[in-house]
Amino acid sequence: MSQSFNPADVRKAIIDQQKAQDRRKMLLNGVLLLLLLAAPFAMYPVFLMKILCFALFAVAFNLLFGFTGLLSFGHAAFLATGGYTTGYLLSNYSGLTTEVGIIAGTLVATALGLAFALLSIRRQGIYFAMVTLALAQLVYFFFVQSEFTGGEDGMHGIPRGHLFGLIDLSKNLNMYYFVLAVFIGCYLLVQRIVSSPYGQVLKAIKQNEPRAVSLGYNVDRYKVLAFVISAALAGLAGSMKSVVFQLASLNDAHWHMSGEVILMTLVGGMGTLLGPVVGATFVVNIEYQLSQGPLRDWVNPILGGIFVLTVLAFRSGIVGEIQKFLRKNLG
Amino acid sequence: MTMTKKLLTSAVASALMVSGAQAAISDNTVKIGYLADMSGTYRDLAGPNGLKALQMAIKDFGGTVNGAKIEVLSADDRNNPDASSSTVRRWVENDKVDMVAGLVASSVTIAVSKILEENDRLGIVSGSAASSITNEHCTPNHIHYVYDTYPLANGTASAVVKEGGKSWYLMTADYAFGHALEADVTRVVEANGGEIVGSVRHPFPTQDFSSFVLQAQASGADVVGLANAGSDTTNAITTASEFGVTQAGQTLAALLLFLTDVHALGVDTAQGIQLTTGWYWDMNDATREWSDRFMKETGVRPTMVHAGIYSSTLHYLNAVAAAGSDDAQTVRKQMMDTPINDMFATNGRIREDGRMVHDMYLAEVKTPAESKNEWDLYKILRTIPADEAYRPLSESKCKLVTN
Repeated sequence: MSQSFNPADVRKAIIDQQKAQDRRKMLLNGVLLLLLLAAPFAMYPVFLMKILCFALFAVAFNLLFGFTGLLSFGHAAFLATGGYTTGYLLSNYSGLTTEVGIIAGTLVATALGLAFALLSIRRQGIYFAMVTLALAQLVYFFFVQSEFTGGEDGMHGIPRGHLFGLIDLSKNLNMYYFVLAVFIGCYLLVQRIVSSPYGQVLKAIKQNEPRAVSLGYNVDRYKVLAFVISAALAGLAGSMKSVVFQLASLNDAHWHMSGEVILMTLVGGMGTLLGPVVGATFVVNIEYQLSQGPLRDWVNPILGGIFVLTVLAFRSGIVGEIQKFLRKNLG
Repeated sequence: MTMTKKLLTSAVASALMVSGAQAAISDNTVKIGYLADMSGTYRDLAGPNGLKALQMAIKDFGGTVNGAKIEVLSADDRNNPDASSSTVRRWVENDKVDMVAGLVASSVTIAVSKILEENDRLGIVSGSAASSITNEHCTPNHIHYVYDTYPLANGTASAVVKEGGKSWYLMTADYAFGHALEADVTRVVEANGGEIVGSVRHPFPTQDFSSFVLQAQASGADVVGLANAGSDTTNAITTASEFGVTQAGQTLAALLLFLTDVHALGVDTAQGIQLTTGWYWDMNDATREWSDRFMKETGVRPTMVHAGIYSSTLHYLNAVAAAGSDDAQTVRKQMMDTPINDMFATNGRIREDGRMVHDMYLAEVKTPAESKNEWDLYKILRTIPADEAYRPLSESKCKLVTN
């Protein structure tokens, strides 16, 4: 009486298992969403918005670094370009509603991203990183010199205005839900991109570029598109940040910011969807907590130490390590 | 739009003043937030020692105001306006902070002053240099206490020209701050009968100044003016010293240089540099007495910023005590009505644009032979009277000044 497996049963079992997994994921996402919706009542909304903006920035960066394997060292340029453009438009043209300013900022950052991508995409590894860094420094110097950015003093008093001309964004709660909606939209977009056939090609490029070429993919075009999408989302993060804080400053354009986003992505777990969000939350929180406490003189060394520790001992970051742990013990 | 805003602000302000007269100190606590660079470039000139100066002021005041507690919060500004503005927003909205002290990087100061204006709290700026803080960025909610770029350019340039330094060569940091300083210096030099024979703009920041210093030497100007700040200034001075600029007869004029910078450079390198300062520890018995106490606490001599933090905190607390209130506009009015006479300033007064005007001093860095110890760094050459030093109100673009 040999037990024979019916292929249909096996398929059904697999599908059932996947459904159960999806349900668990849905449940987790639902809980997270509820937490995010309730968060401003428990925590300070502006601080939460800061976390969301940086989380979006890190998600954008991770699309390029974690999924395509391109280490850009110039992402601060897009953050700052989005921020300054939005800030300039909203401060000088009072007829514009907030979302128009944000969209314009995103578009300018997208265009800049295209220019960066076309100039840098043929180089690989460290040369790619250096080209993006050099271009970002050019952008930094442009912002330092320009009159409209206020140079070192920064651009201040950007009005938050009204969303669609209706919703008063100067109220922190309204602003928070707007930022949250944009963030969730972008997060879902990135999730969709990563799981689409296009995303599969990006992952293939990351794993083995010559093989992707030999399979007939025009790798450069895929990379350019990934770079442009990443730049657009980074610009969007910058635009929203300038509206939230009502200021745009040189810090956003400085290469430290490009480094910080790498730190966020690595600590959270590169190549995972939730990793950059966790990483951004972690880094922003640590910076804030440390700058208030008795260790405030040591913020930078501590962040550096965390970076070294992550790279040496926890290569896959917080989310990556948790996933590994779950797979080992529960999978 | 601005007109209505102005009317509204003044209406609110006067309403607050009326009610403030009876108002006592809110929640029976005066809360002071100290925000400064604790870990970056500006750590030495304000930083943790500024917090010590603030605490000294509270201790000297007696620890309480009219029976109300005085509490101090502090945070690192990370030289980052976003981080600072979220800190200050939280201080104001959650922690009920009444006054924010310290305030160093100008981008941070301007961002914070907007939040203070929105929430009607007070800020006392001791560290920032930009004169725009009480010009186009002035608010009824902050006071700029120690110095700004206007007297630095004005004081140094006019004094040096009057002492015979007629032809100038300028080394300018190539960004808004440097350009503003350059314009100020050019105006002052030309008004006093000097001339600018040449100038060079260097990128910000620059490590290697040798080619710029060589150009300055080749120009044959009497004076080499440094229209830059921070590490640019110290790098330029080090290079100039290696090339023997002052030994060859040219004068170096630094426009923004702190005691801690000169201390770090040493008198060998920095000797002969002329600069303007708002205060120096070794001026008289009162300054020496306070500096000795400060040194006991911290191990270093105070900069003008440290002294300013001490003096302004004391002035603030006195005003709170006299007004019997910690309401921002009531206290500000009280502070404006009382002249400042202490070890920091003689007859200092706060103008309506928030600028505290007091005498400034033209100093020269001593030679190694003159300097008796590591902190014996300046010779005071001349006192620049308050009215000459600061930007006159007639030139002000501040919205609070009616011309």
